[in-house]
Amino acid sequence: MERRAFRGGVHPPGHKEATAGSPVAWAPVPSRLVVPLSQHLGAPCVATVAEGDRVERGQVIGDVDAMVSAPVHSPVAGTVAEIGRTLTAGGTVVGAIVIDADEQQDLDGFVIVPDEGDGKARVRAAGVVGMGGATFPSVVKLNPPKGMEIKTVILNGCECEPFLTCDHRLMLEQPERVVAGAVHIRSLVGAGRAIIALEENKPDAAAALRAATRDGVEIVELPVRYPQGAEKQLIYALLKTEVPHGKLPAATGALVHNVATAVAIADVLEYGKPLTERIVTVTGAVGRPGNYRVLLGTLVSELIEAAGGLSDDVERVISGGPMTGMALGSLDVPVTKGMSGIVALPKGLAAPALSDDQPCMRCGRCPESCPMSLEPYAIANYAHLAMWDAAASRNALDCIECGVCSYVCPTNRPLLQLVRQAKSAAMAKGVKA
Amino acid sequence: MSEPLSKRIVGPAPHIHAKDSCSGIMLWVLGALAPAALWAVVSMGAPAIITLVACIASALAAEAAWNAIARKPQTLMDGSALLTGLLLAMCMPPRTPWWISVAGGLVAIVLGKMVFGGLGWNLFNPALVGRAFVTLSWAGVISAQTNFGWFRALSLPAAGEYDAISGATRLALAAADRAASGAYGYDLAAQYQPLLFRNLEGSLGEVSAALLILGGLVLIARGIIDWRIPVGYIGTMGLLSWAFGSDPIFNVLAGGVMLGAFFMATDYVTSPMNKNARLVFGVGCGVFNVVGRFFGSMPEVTTYAILFMNGLAPLVDRLFRPRTFGWVKGE
Repeated sequence: MERRAFRGGVHPPGHKEATAGSPVAWAPVPSRLVVPLSQHLGAPCVATVAEGDRVERGQVIGDVDAMVSAPVHSPVAGTVAEIGRTLTAGGTVVGAIVIDADEQQDLDGFVIVPDEGDGKARVRAAGVVGMGGATFPSVVKLNPPKGMEIKTVILNGCECEPFLTCDHRLMLEQPERVVAGAVHIRSLVGAGRAIIALEENKPDAAAALRAATRDGVEIVELPVRYPQGAEKQLIYALLKTEVPHGKLPAATGALVHNVATAVAIADVLEYGKPLTERIVTVTGAVGRPGNYRVLLGTLVSELIEAAGGLSDDVERVISGGPMTGMALGSLDVPVTKGMSGIVALPKGLAAPALSDDQPCMRCGRCPESCPMSLEPYAIANYAHLAMWDAAASRNALDCIECGVCSYVCPTNRPLLQLVRQAKSAAMAKGVKA
Repeated sequence: MSEPLSKRIVGPAPHIHAKDSCSGIMLWVLGALAPAALWAVVSMGAPAIITLVACIASALAAEAAWNAIARKPQTLMDGSALLTGLLLAMCMPPRTPWWISVAGGLVAIVLGKMVFGGLGWNLFNPALVGRAFVTLSWAGVISAQTNFGWFRALSLPAAGEYDAISGATRLALAAADRAASGAYGYDLAAQYQPLLFRNLEGSLGEVSAALLILGGLVLIARGIIDWRIPVGYIGTMGLLSWAFGSDPIFNVLAGGVMLGAFFMATDYVTSPMNKNARLVFGVGCGVFNVVGRFFGSMPEVTTYAILFMNGLAPLVDRLFRPRTFGWVKGE
């Protein structure tokens, strides 16, 4: 029996060795950047600059007066070439600001986030969002609803997705910044405890964090198992409490932030640095797999070129990890705040296309592996028959969309897709999660 | 910079997939059964080969013909018809006339599986449907080959003459002895060794319990089958046999229990999907097997115990649903 800290889950091959040892290096500064005005969950920004304007690195170029949103900053010094639209990795088309970068760039300099308001206001002003992939504006999570008290801050460094090593390298190369992030967030929310959690497959990062830790920030290693980094499973593994269904994780007194988000928060509070770049793992069947520090708005195609290009047998190019990321139809989409990786999956590693599916053989792998203890096959069967109420009655809305059910299915059924359909049908009907 | 889209798959997550496939799983089960089947062929000779060939060929032919007539895509490559044919052969006595084996294969596939909609939709284990069909239709023919136990009330041989009775199964002899209140002094412990390693009285799947256990353990270790079903089944059989005053080890080794517990009751399609439900399902198989064996009119009831629990499997699944993470029990 494999050791595990939560129920269910799987252990896919990690494929992390290709990039785990490669230090973070700057990707080339592109001559032209396409910076989306919506790189977060919530209200899209409105451009605050006009075509032809000079912009400095770190200057606000888009913002909106909404609770759930995050401003966007220029990653480079340059000139606004166009205010238009762009395709995103997620397949949506959003407003974007196209910037022609100056030839000379000072990447160490930036326009400082004004020292106005409290720390939380500065986190918002710096445009910090969840960098693990969720892209939820961090300031919203720092302000839990009334009546909920945050007792424990958890920094998520599990990086349980195969292939990705950006968080691993961050914890290894800048452990003191991760610890600083933990201390800052803990004081911002008035919590008593801060834990940095990572999987046991990163012992070097764990050692670095232990050497750098201070002020009682705890370092906890967890067994390697997907989805250990899912919020509910992580809280359960550390605190042995389940987030009650339909409630926010804050209901357990826990607040989870990704380690890269925590560093971004420390950067704004200490240096006034806005979020203009991030670490992206470019790996799989590319010429030079590695971890790159990438300016937001760099096109994925340019990033892949910088990493040596795709090999011919690439079947899927994924933005994010292969379990929850998105397959790219076009590589001419910009790198955004939540893009943790570009994974080029060659034939043989990539999942077969869904047309290969056969009927359910009732093997029981999906209920056994579901980290939420759902019965994905049953929800999927109801969804197939458009029996939405029945699907909802099997707690479809509790699905965290980790993809484990589809991953283990021997007949390659599109289980997660069908459960997603059941979820949206339930939400459209107003079923309470 | 742009690449042609046609080269790439743009599908929903997850973008990687576990190694297990339907045909791969079937191959593992076939492989796990192979040692026991080969040993049966070596031990029993040509009759075993004829039974194997007849069962497997008729199962494959039935599936191919059904798909052709129903104008459905061919499904032979999923490996399940091959496995059904092999499983059916394993629960047939070697000297079964070949045409009975063929009938068994046809019924197993057509009535056992295809009429429900093919793999994944059938309620009852197809191989056991085939086996039940032939034993009920040609009871006399088949029992004449194997055991007189089903008709043990008719005439009992004198003590010490058992070995002279061609083909009487050890289970039938034990039942006869028990019915006579032990008057014949049938030594159950002396049967362990033949039942484990070389037992020629019974079906192909009764030749070596040891090889079936080995195959079953491989499948458990490889994560193909869930230990809960065989453990529940065999454990219950042993405990209840002991409670009824019989020898637990003899009772779990005889009568095809190992074939049933590791290879029949664990059939994905016809067993429950939830963990706790599987344990209950295994226990249920054990209970009905013991009750049938000790109190029914025939001792060889493994087939019917599993078929009965197949029918109850959806209900058992429903009663033992997992508690969703974050929900309070009974919410």
